[in-house]
Amino acid sequence: MAVQFADGVIVGADSRTTTGSYIANRVTDKLTPIHDRIYCCRSGSAADTQALADIVHYYLQLYTVGEGEPPRVNTAANLFRELVYQNKDNLSASIIVAGWDKHDGPSVYTVTLAGSLHKQPFAIGGSGSTYIYGYCDATFKDGMTKEEAIEFTKNSVALAMSRDGSSGGVIRLAVITKDGVERIFTPGNALPRFWEG
Amino acid sequence: MSSIGTGYDLSSSTYSPDGRIFQVEYAFKAVDNSGTAIGIRARDGVVLAVEKLVQSKLLVPGSNKRIQSADSHVGVATAGLLADGRHLVTRIREEAQQYRDFYRSKIPGKVIAERAAGYVQAFTLYSSVRPFGISAILATVDRDGPQLYMVEPSGVYYGYKGTAIGKGKQVAKTELEKLKLGELSCREAVKEAARIIYTVHDDVKDKDFELELSWVCEESGGRHEFVPKDLAAEAERAAKASLEDEMDED
Repeated sequence: MAVQFADGVIVGADSRTTTGSYIANRVTDKLTPIHDRIYCCRSGSAADTQALADIVHYYLQLYTVGEGEPPRVNTAANLFRELVYQNKDNLSASIIVAGWDKHDGPSVYTVTLAGSLHKQPFAIGGSGSTYIYGYCDATFKDGMTKEEAIEFTKNSVALAMSRDGSSGGVIRLAVITKDGVERIFTPGNALPRFWEG
Repeated sequence: MSSIGTGYDLSSSTYSPDGRIFQVEYAFKAVDNSGTAIGIRARDGVVLAVEKLVQSKLLVPGSNKRIQSADSHVGVATAGLLADGRHLVTRIREEAQQYRDFYRSKIPGKVIAERAAGYVQAFTLYSSVRPFGISAILATVDRDGPQLYMVEPSGVYYGYKGTAIGKGKQVAKTELEKLKLGELSCREAVKEAARIIYTVHDDVKDKDFELELSWVCEESGGRHEFVPKDLAAEAERAAKASLEDEMDED
C-alpha cells in the first residue's frame, strides 16, 4: 500500500511470495525503486511486475538524461499505465506508484489490472487488500504527520497479513520525502497485534 | 562568391577544403531574403511577430500564415521558404504528439527545440536532400516558465531572451537589446514587437506587408494563440504612430 502525508509518501508491503501453497520467499522486498524518489509496490505476477519495473526504470533513466531533471511521479505512473494497457492480455500486474517530485509534491497512483490509472491520497492492492478496505477508509486522514502515516501503514499491512493466507512475513516500509528515502523494517515477531480470537 | 565554380557547393555531403558546407550557407541566404520574424521572451510569456510580405494584392488577407501552432502550448514562427516552414511544423507537431502519448504531459520547450533541431540537422548530411531554407523561432510556456528557442538551417539551436531572423534581423536585434526583456510583460512585449516590425520594414524595396502577432502567456491560458484583435490593432496603431514621430524628428 501507499499513503500520502503532509510532506511525503509512505510505501509499505508484507514480504511473502508464494508458488501455490509454498512460500518461495518469506523476506521478499516488494518495494521497488524506479527512480531516486519514486517507488512502486508490485502485486500480481512477480515475473511480470519485475519486468515492468525494469522497463519503467530504464525509461526514467533515459528521461532524466534527456530532460536534465528527475521525472514526475505522474510521468512514471503513466509509463506503467501505457505498458499495462497495451499488453494487458499477456500480463497479470497491478501496481501502485508513489513518490515525491518538486512539481506536485507527494503523490500516489494506482495502475489496475486492466490498465486504468487513478490518482488517490492512499492506495491498497494485492490479495490481502480486500480485508482492510474498511479499516483504511475509517482510519485514513488527509495531511497526517510522518509518524501518524507510518503507524497507519504498518497497522493496515499487519491486519491484512493476519487475515490473508497469502500475505505474511515481515513489514517493509519506505518513507519518501524531498530529502530522500528512509527504509523501516519491522520483523515478524514485532508486528502490531489486534484481536486474534 | 568564392564558392561558385569550385564544385564544392553542389552537395551538402561534401566539405569545401576549408571545412565549410556551402549548401548550408546558401540555406542561410534563403532565410536572410525573407520578411523579418522576431521572438520576445517576456516575464510572463513569449510573443512572436512576423513581417509577412504580401506577394500579390490578389491574395486573400490572412493567407499563407508564417506563425503556426505545433501544440496547444507551442508556437512556431518561420523565416525563409514558406513550404519548408510548413513541413518542419508538421514534424514538430508529430514530435509533440508522440511525447504526449508517451508521457501524458506537454512537451517541454527544451525537448521540442532539441528534436526540431535534430530533424533539421539530418538534412545537412546527405546529397539526396537539401538543407531547410528556414530558421524557426519556437515559443513555449512549460513548467519552467516561458521559453524561446531559434533553430537555424545548420541544425544548431539556442535559447534566447529575444531573437530576430530574416531581412531586418540586424536592426531588430539592436532594438531588442534596448528592451529590459526580463521585466517586460507580454502586453508590453506585443507593442514592442509590433513597433520593431514596423521599424525594420523597408517600404521602398518591399511591397505591402501583414503583421502577424501571437503569444503564449498567462492571459492566453498557457496556450499559443494569435493576439486578440483589439490588442493587435492597438499595437499596430501605436507602432505606426511611433514611426511617424520618428519621421518628424528627422
